[in-house]
Amino acid sequence: MANKVTLDTAGNMWKVLVAEGDSVKKGDVLFIMEIMKMEVPYEAPADGKITAIHIAEGDADLEEDMVALEIE
Amino acid sequence: MVIKKLLIANRGEIAVRIIRAAKELGLQTVVVHSTADANSLAVEMADETVEIGPASAAKSYLNVEAVLNAARQTGADGVHPGYGFLAENADFADAVEAAGMIFVGPSGAMIRKMGDKASARKAAEEAGVPTVPGSDGILNDMKMAQLVAMDIGYPVMIKATAGGGGRGIRIAESAEEFVSLARLASEEAKLAFGDGGLYLEKLIDAARHIEVQIMGDGGNFVHCYERECSLQRRRQKVWEEAPSSSLSATVREKLCSSAVALAKSVGYRGAGTVEYLYDDKTGDYYFIEMNTRIQVEHTITEEITGIDLVAEMICIAGGETLSFCQEDIAIQGHAIEVRINAEDPMNKFMPSPGVIGKMRIPGGPGVRFDHMLFEGYKIPTAYDSLLGKLIVHAGTRETAIFRLKRTVSELRINGIKTSAPLFLALTENEDIKHGEIHTKWLETWLESNSDKIRPIADIE
Repeated sequence: MANKVTLDTAGNMWKVLVAEGDSVKKGDVLFIMEIMKMEVPYEAPADGKITAIHIAEGDADLEEDMVALEIE
Repeated sequence: MVIKKLLIANRGEIAVRIIRAAKELGLQTVVVHSTADANSLAVEMADETVEIGPASAAKSYLNVEAVLNAARQTGADGVHPGYGFLAENADFADAVEAAGMIFVGPSGAMIRKMGDKASARKAAEEAGVPTVPGSDGILNDMKMAQLVAMDIGYPVMIKATAGGGGRGIRIAESAEEFVSLARLASEEAKLAFGDGGLYLEKLIDAARHIEVQIMGDGGNFVHCYERECSLQRRRQKVWEEAPSSSLSATVREKLCSSAVALAKSVGYRGAGTVEYLYDDKTGDYYFIEMNTRIQVEHTITEEITGIDLVAEMICIAGGETLSFCQEDIAIQGHAIEVRINAEDPMNKFMPSPGVIGKMRIPGGPGVRFDHMLFEGYKIPTAYDSLLGKLIVHAGTRETAIFRLKRTVSELRINGIKTSAPLFLALTENEDIKHGEIHTKWLETWLESNSDKIRPIADIE
């Protein structure tokens, strides 16, 4: 069952720390957004493997609720 | 007054502030803006607007060529840089002058001299202003730096000479961690400011941040008294007051005079702020840096003195002399400003972007709200989170705090979370009521008192 990591707010994608196929543990930082000059890290909600990434470093004006990546 | 058309090279609330001052002086206004600010209040209020680039500041507000082109295109004869962005960029100031326009601020040479923190320290010393015990200029090699640090005594502040505004600072608690921290600080500084030069200062325990507003017109130099900005979070000021509650009349006189002495000794033109650390246990004050621009918190000085600092700096740039002398300036009552940011103080101050919904803007005697909001406004995520500055002015500090409590409770901004609840909690705090604050106070209080921050309900 895929875990969809969605964006809580609009913002820019500053750093993407994982790649498709990577294994992650719950709590690992997946990506860091830059919103109003502040860094907002997103952590893995559960252990799993990254099955899809829909974001890239440097993406600007991403929308709230968009699916950033999927973990299985 | 030579300037007829003023170009504002900035955005947000300060762009609105400058437009207001310019209008009162009878000037035409031009606002440059990024695509993200096309629907902003400043753009709506200006006589002319020029889009100069995409949201990214590097491509718009920091794009010197684009700003100058906009000025040429519209026939602007003056440029006001606001704060941040190009405000303390000496090359920009030079470029404006070279293009035959007037830069509202000191010369590029002055910005260079006082913007370099190590050279500013030297200028302060030469003017007889006490500085924080520290290194004599920039550190040239690590061995020398370690000896200086040993001499000053740990803990030591490692500061970037090209930094400022609280950025580019590391604290070394001991000799063991000094070298690695200094290397890190230098690399960060090189990346962030283009200059890895460092200098050292002794870390002063429980210091208060007190700054003096100065103005100069080339012949006369005055101070407009001080502001205390000790309440900070991550080195950003959130609550500022004028005057400081901790200075005796004697210390105030000496502190403010020292700032004037510095302004005079360098021949400062325009508005500037001299920042100090004040040790209320010993009564000692130490110069830390000078800001050669208008500051966010200029508002509280305006409230207690009745002087329009933004209008005054435009007039000085336009060739006029100060419209007042030192004897004309007096402190009337007490003013407090709190920064309303798009951050959620009940969720680790996470940024809260979104669309502004229904608002209730506070009013009444002694209340001022400098903002750029309107219902339906989508806050851009590319810039800082400042929504507006809530300012109160009253007869005494005690009544000002009470007025602030009433005003913050009255403010409503639907649609996003703001830092307002933090200030409501602070107005009820005993240390704050007694003025027992210092630069570490707020972060320490937040560590164990976040539960005292309660939500303010939206309005229907």
